[in-house]
Formats: sequence, structure tokens, C-alpha cells
Amino acid sequence: MEQIILRTEKLKTFYLLDMQGSQKVVKAVNEVDLTIYENEIYGIAGESGCGKTTLLKALFNAIDPPLRLVGGKIFYVINGTEVDVTSINPEEKRKLRMEYISYIPQGSMSVLNPVLKLKETYRDFIGSHVRGQSREATFELAQKHILELGLPKNILEAYPHQLSGGMRQRVTIALAALLKPRIMIGDEPTTALDVVVQRGVIQLLKEIQKKLKNTIIMVTHDMGVHANVANRIAIMYAGKIVEEAPTQQIFDHPEHPYTQFLINSLPKFGDKNVRGSVPGSPPSLADLPDGCPFHPRCPHTREICKQSMPGFTRTDTHHKVACWLFGEGENGKAA
Amino acid sequence: MKILRDLFRDFRFLLSFCVLLLLLMMALLSFFTPYDPTLIGVVPRDLKPSSTYLLGTDTNGQDIFWQACNAVRNSLIISLIAGLVSRVIAILVGMVAGYKGGWVDRVLMFFGDALLVIPIFLIMVMMAMLVREFMNLVVLGLMLSFFGWAWDARVIRSLILSLREREFTNTAVLSGTGTIRLVWNEYMPYATPLVFSTLINNMSWAIGLEITLAILGLVNMNIPTLGTMLNWAINYQAILLGHWWWILTPVVLSVLLFIALYWLSVSISEYLDPRTRIQRVGA
Amino acid sequence: MEKLLEVDQLTKEYSMGSLIAKTRITAVDHISFFMKPAEIFTLAGESGCGKTTTAKVVLGFEEATSGAITHNGKLQSKKEKVWITEGVQAIFQDPFSTFNPLRTVDRYFIETVENYKLAGNKKEAIEVIDLKLKAVGISYREFSGKYPNEFSGGQLQRISIARALLTDPKLLIADEPVSMVDASLRMSIVNLFKKLRDDFGVSVLYITHDLATAYYVSDRIAIMFRGNIVEMGSVEQVLMNPRHPYTRLLRDSIPQADPQKRWTDTVTLSELEHDEYLRQGCKFAGRCPLVMEMCKTQIPADITVDDVLVRCHKYNETEAAQRR
Repeated sequence: MEQIILRTEKLKTFYLLDMQGSQKVVKAVNEVDLTIYENEIYGIAGESGCGKTTLLKALFNAIDPPLRLVGGKIFYVINGTEVDVTSINPEEKRKLRMEYISYIPQGSMSVLNPVLKLKETYRDFIGSHVRGQSREATFELAQKHILELGLPKNILEAYPHQLSGGMRQRVTIALAALLKPRIMIGDEPTTALDVVVQRGVIQLLKEIQKKLKNTIIMVTHDMGVHANVANRIAIMYAGKIVEEAPTQQIFDHPEHPYTQFLINSLPKFGDKNVRGSVPGSPPSLADLPDGCPFHPRCPHTREICKQSMPGFTRTDTHHKVACWLFGEGENGKAA
Repeated sequence: MKILRDLFRDFRFLLSFCVLLLLLMMALLSFFTPYDPTLIGVVPRDLKPSSTYLLGTDTNGQDIFWQACNAVRNSLIISLIAGLVSRVIAILVGMVAGYKGGWVDRVLMFFGDALLVIPIFLIMVMMAMLVREFMNLVVLGLMLSFFGWAWDARVIRSLILSLREREFTNTAVLSGTGTIRLVWNEYMPYATPLVFSTLINNMSWAIGLEITLAILGLVNMNIPTLGTMLNWAINYQAILLGHWWWILTPVVLSVLLFIALYWLSVSISEYLDPRTRIQRVGA
Repeated sequence: MEKLLEVDQLTKEYSMGSLIAKTRITAVDHISFFMKPAEIFTLAGESGCGKTTTAKVVLGFEEATSGAITHNGKLQSKKEKVWITEGVQAIFQDPFSTFNPLRTVDRYFIETVENYKLAGNKKEAIEVIDLKLKAVGISYREFSGKYPNEFSGGQLQRISIARALLTDPKLLIADEPVSMVDASLRMSIVNLFKKLRDDFGVSVLYITHDLATAYYVSDRIAIMFRGNIVEMGSVEQVLMNPRHPYTRLLRDSIPQADPQKRWTDTVTLSELEHDEYLRQGCKFAGRCPLVMEMCKTQIPADITVDDVLVRCHKYNETEAAQRR
């Protein structure tokens, strides 16, 4: 049984916006309970506007205004002890970043300094976390790391714009893995990439995970990518997690109506039958409906769905779903 | 209006609005001035501020309060003419150069850059000396506007250059919209905050330049403006003679005007900034 | 049958660099294809293959370096405004860039109606607009007076299609219309293309790198790689039984939404795209699993194998052998 590495408890992070006098509250992460284990790839699937980017920011402990922690806690398990990271000081936060938990952004160009050679960027990262290393030593460290991951040897001498988009993304991912973090968080790391390049990037991610035996939390709306990479998948809708299960089960037995829609709306290669898509559109996180946020689009809506949000019901050892079709759930009215 | 209410939440706008309102009232009052501002010896000289003469009188024999009202009005007129005319030129030049590109762009920018690089002050001094006889508010305003468009034309041009590459330009083209209407409808909303804030900055600059020219005696001294008042006060040694009311009036009014204009431009351009506007739109 | 669109040996070169050191990149290299009325033709390939450039040239936004484009038998002149002369319309990748964020979306519709004289007065204009909106599944009420950021990506893309339909075009060029839309919403947009073809007789030039939707929606497909068409034919033939090694690579790299069908072998990626463009011979030689010596020096010819056009030395050999 693997150990827990990250845990959230009723996490609520909202954007509190005040624009020229009018106030808006965007409930991006609305009571989320996650339990993530070591040595797994955890996928979070959801469409645009469901709050997944905010969830990742919160997990990475980058909760800066206008995003505020409104309730709940986030725990990292560092060397066996649970640490409540919402209450640590900025210096401790900084140390954790890159060494314990690192972030893979969506666009590699926004991370790599265009006027520095890659080796400089790598040196900067190493230098800010590992003190007392000479320039040669840091360079060798970076070089070794790159080679281990199967990337070409002289890539560090290049400028970012000289590389192809796929190579850049892989270099960025290698950078995120440089200090052997226990958790790597990726926000749509393959979305803007071509299909062959995407495959190469996913390959690299799996390589890294295999070598470091760490945890990768990956967010993407592409279920195909999740199918290829994730061990467990959580489905997110309107700021809440509505279903969580091992990958095979999500695809074989999707239980939440939204999950069913998601899977059925994907084109199956080789199948020309007409496929529908999810009717309607996701609610605005600033203006959520009462009760279960999916009820306006759900074909199985009942009275109770309009009034309150169900808790998680365990339908199988590792499969849980938050839907009134399955009952009230463990945690009472809130999930 | 909703816009004004939103703007009033910003205290800078509120303060500057009040100050400007005050100055505007002074300017309007000037239409009721009991004394002809161009004459001298209308009232007893060098009197301290009292109940009859609110801000005292100067060595020319003029009531300083009414002089000040006229001065504010004239300075505002000059700066408005300078600002508005130079905006119009800047928009025309910037949009044509930005959208057309090619040799049209090069020629226009050449003229603009020339005006930016040549030391304005010397040329203004020369021009002022030449047109001294015909100098009035409008002439001065136009002179100032001639030098004020080059910088903003370039800024608007770069804005247009970047907007031209945006996808919605293609949509407008596919909708059959002609070039002029396209540039006006699509790009002006982006240019508006730019134009507005630079208008106010330009007005500030124009007032400053006018004061400088006036202190050097290069404008028509008979027309009361903030600059000419300062000039007279300095020439008649107002500080040495202790006639503080005469020198302080134009100085305080100028400072108030500059600060108010600055705050106004900053608060309005923040309000109109496309990025914050996009957030607000549809909210 | 009259060809709606015919592209013949189209080439587009760009020169980059300064006065001293210029390099010419051939973005589109002598490609030829045609389109029939009421069909969906896909130009597929990864970024940098030249498909978007081809679209721009066909649309008249860019000028071809050489080659001929014919619409309904009429030769297209340089930078001809084919949206006015031939009624060709286009939709683009990012729905949020397609419309000016500071203007309401309906302004573009009204302008189109006015510029193309599609209605006599305001009432008629609204009727015309409403008709097209209904065709894409949007109601006039939820559309009127709104800014782009009040819609979702999928809705906005459908509105973009409605705008393109206003002039009743016979050819719609769709440049990566679903790549910025969530995977679950892509079907609704791509289903629209089918509807346009079947109910309105519109042909769609569908440009994409997503082979899954390409298979689902198109009739014929051409695979492009670094400026060349390497395989072209009916979508069944090309995608179900790919002949060119690159097509095979593309097809195998589609992530299937089925954990049983995970990738088993690894893939090599190109390091520097620039180098691949400048290759003599076949541009895929650097990564091709079936590469032969002649691939690095000689450009393969286009040959037809079972109604599919393939550009690969492997088939040249086989055909040559068969002829002997």
C-alpha cells in the first residue's frame, strides 16, 4: 500500500474580485478532498472553466491574491510527517518548490528565458536551491540529468528559439524534474502540441516517473492522454470533484452522468457513427446554480439535485462518485 | 451616468475633478470680468488681498483675481487647442502609417522622427519671434500642436501594427469592411485610452511650454495667461518687493492645474485600459 | 463535374534573414489537390507542414510564389479578394481572437449583411442573421448585444461559423477550428460541418492536426509534411490503411481513449525543424523507420497506389518491380 504524499481537506479557494466597486466571487475550487499517493500518475480531467488550473495553483501552494484560501487545508507529507502548507512562511514555501514539488507549465516559452542559453537557465535553478556548487559542477549535474532522460547531449548550448516546440517542452519538463521532486504538477502540458510531439512528451513524463518513482499530477481535458498515462483519474466539474477511480474503471464503468458524457463525446478513431456532445455549457464559477452544479445539463435530474450537493459514495474499493443517483454519500450533504 | 459613478470611486479622479471644476468656474467667471484685462491702471496698484480685491492688485494696476480668471481661461484654451489638434494629427498619421505600411509609413515616420529629434525649444523661440505680431491664443495653440503629435503618432502606429495581426482583422476583412471603416471601428476602441491620456498629458505639456515662452517674453504680453502673469510678476520684482499675492497666484494655480490634469489622465486611462475593460465587459 | 477548387503546383516561399544572409524556406512545395462541391476535404499535418499557409493563399490573404489556383474554373489572380468574388469564407482557430473583445459580436453580422447587401432593412437583416444562427444552434436572443467573453469557446466558434455562412458560401475554409475547443465540445462543431455539407451543399476545406475528427468528418484527406503532400485519397483508405510511413506515425500517435490501447513503442522527435525543411531528397528521411539511401538525396515522385496518391520511394520500388 503506497503512502499518501499530498492531501487536501475541504479545500476552498475563491477569487475575490473587486473591480471599480462591484464585487465578484469566483468559486474556482469549491470543497475539494483529494488524497494522492506516492509513485502514481494522477490525472484530473475537466473542461475549460471547471477550476482545474486554480486547483493546481492551490496544490502548488501558490495562493496569491485575488485568489484566497477561504476554507480547508492542504497537507504535504514530507519525510513521513504531515505538514499543513497553508500556514508556512514564504521562505519555507520557496524551499519546497522545485525540491519537493515542481510545476510544468503549459507553454514552455513562458518559462525559458529567450536570451539565455539553456545551460544558464538550468544553472539558475540549481543555484537557487543547491548552495555552494561551482559552475562546472552545476553544469555537469544538468548535463547528466539531460542524458539520463534520453535527450540529445548538446541541447544545453542552444537558445530556446532554436529548438522545436516539442523539444522545448521536453527540456522544460526535464528542468522541472531536475531536483528530483516528490511531486510534479502539470497544467495541460501537452495541449498546444502536435500529436507526435505530444506522444514524445508523454513518453518523457512516464520515463521520469519510472525513474524517480515520484507522483505526477496532470490536468488535461483530453481523455485520450489520461488513458495513456494516468493510474487514477478524477473528474472535475464546476469547482468540485465528481468522480474518482482507477483509469480502467473510469473508461469501463463511468458512473457520474458527466463522466459518461465526456467519454461518449470523444471521437473513437475508426468509428464514423454520429456522436453527440455534452449539451449546454458549464456554469460560470461566479454564478453557480444551487445544489449539484451539473443539474441543469443532467438527463437524470431529480428534485433533490436542485437543492443540495451529494457527498461521495464508494461504489467500489477505489471508485467513488458524488451523485444523488448513488445516494447521499459519506460526508453528508457536502462533498 | 454609470461611468461617472464608477470613476468617482477613484479618489484621484474625484479630487482632480473638483479642482478642475473650480478652475473651470474661474474660467467661466472671466466672462463677467468688470475690468478689461488688457488695460493697465484700472485699479490702485500693489494692494494686499482684501475684501474689495480678493487676491490683491498688481503693479500694472489690475485686479489679480479677475486677471487670474482670465489667465486660467486663456491657458486652458491654448492647451485645449494644442492638445486636440495634435491628437487629430497623431491619430491620422499613426493609423495611416500603421495600416498601410510600406513607403507611406516610412515617409510619415520620417517627418515624425524629425520633429522628435530637432530641439523644439529653439525652433519655438524662433517661430515665436517671427509671429509675435499675430500672436494670439489660437496661433499659439496651433504652434504648440505642431510639435506635439510626433510621439503619439508613433505610439498609435505601433498599436495599429500589432492589431493588424490579430485574427479579428481577418474577420472584419471577410465581412467585407473597407479599410477606413475597419481601422475606425476595430482599432479606435483600443486607441481611445491612449489618445485620452496623451491628450491630457499633452495639455499639461502645452501649458508648461506656454509658461516657459511667456517668462522669456516671447508671447503677446497683453493677453493674460498663467505664463504672462508670472512674467509680469517676475519683471516687476514681486518676490523682492514682498508682493507674494501676485507671484503666488499663478504659481499655485499652475501647480493645481498640473496635478489635477495628471491625476485625471491616470485615473481615466486606467479605467479605459482595454485589459481592465475586457474584465469589466459583460460582468 | 465542375471542380469547386483546384490547386495546381502551388508553391509559397518565405525568405528570412537580413540583407546579408537570407534563407529561403519553402513553406508549401508544389502541392496539387482539388475539391468537389458538397464534400469535406481535410488537409492534415503537424505544425509547420504548410497547411495554414495553403489556406491563406487559397483565401487570397497571401500571394503564391508560383502555381495556379482555380475557383469554379476561374483562375485566381494575385491576392484576389475571393471572399467577395467567389464567396469563399473562413473560420479560424481561436474563437476568442476571431472577434474583437471590445465590440459586441453582432456588429460583425450586421456589417456583413450591409456590405454584401443581404437585406433591405433592419428587420430583414435580423431575419437573415437569425436563420444562420438557427443553423448552428444559437438563438438570436442569447446572441444579441453580447461581447465575445460572455460566450464559451464552443459557442463562439459556432457563432463564427454562422457569420461565415451569411453570404451562402460554397466553400468554407476552416483553419484548425477545434484545436482550441475542449475535446468534449469538438463533436458539436464538427457535426455542424457534416450538416453544412449534407443540408446546404457547402464544401469544407478542413485544416487540422487532429486525425480523430478528420476521420470522423471528412470524405477525402491529404497528409502534409514540411510543405509536401505525402499521401492523399479517401479518408477510409488513407487513415485505415496508411501507406506512407509518416501517415502511419501520425495515426499511431493519436491517444486513444482506451487504457488497453496504450502506446507500446517509443517515438523519435525531430530536433530542429529548420533542418528538416532544408533537406535534399525526402524531408522525412531523418526520422523514417523505412529509410533507404536514395531517400536522402532524391525527392520521391507521386505515384498512385489503389486510388491513393503516395509520395514515397518504397512504393516507387514496388511499382518499378511490378512493371518489370
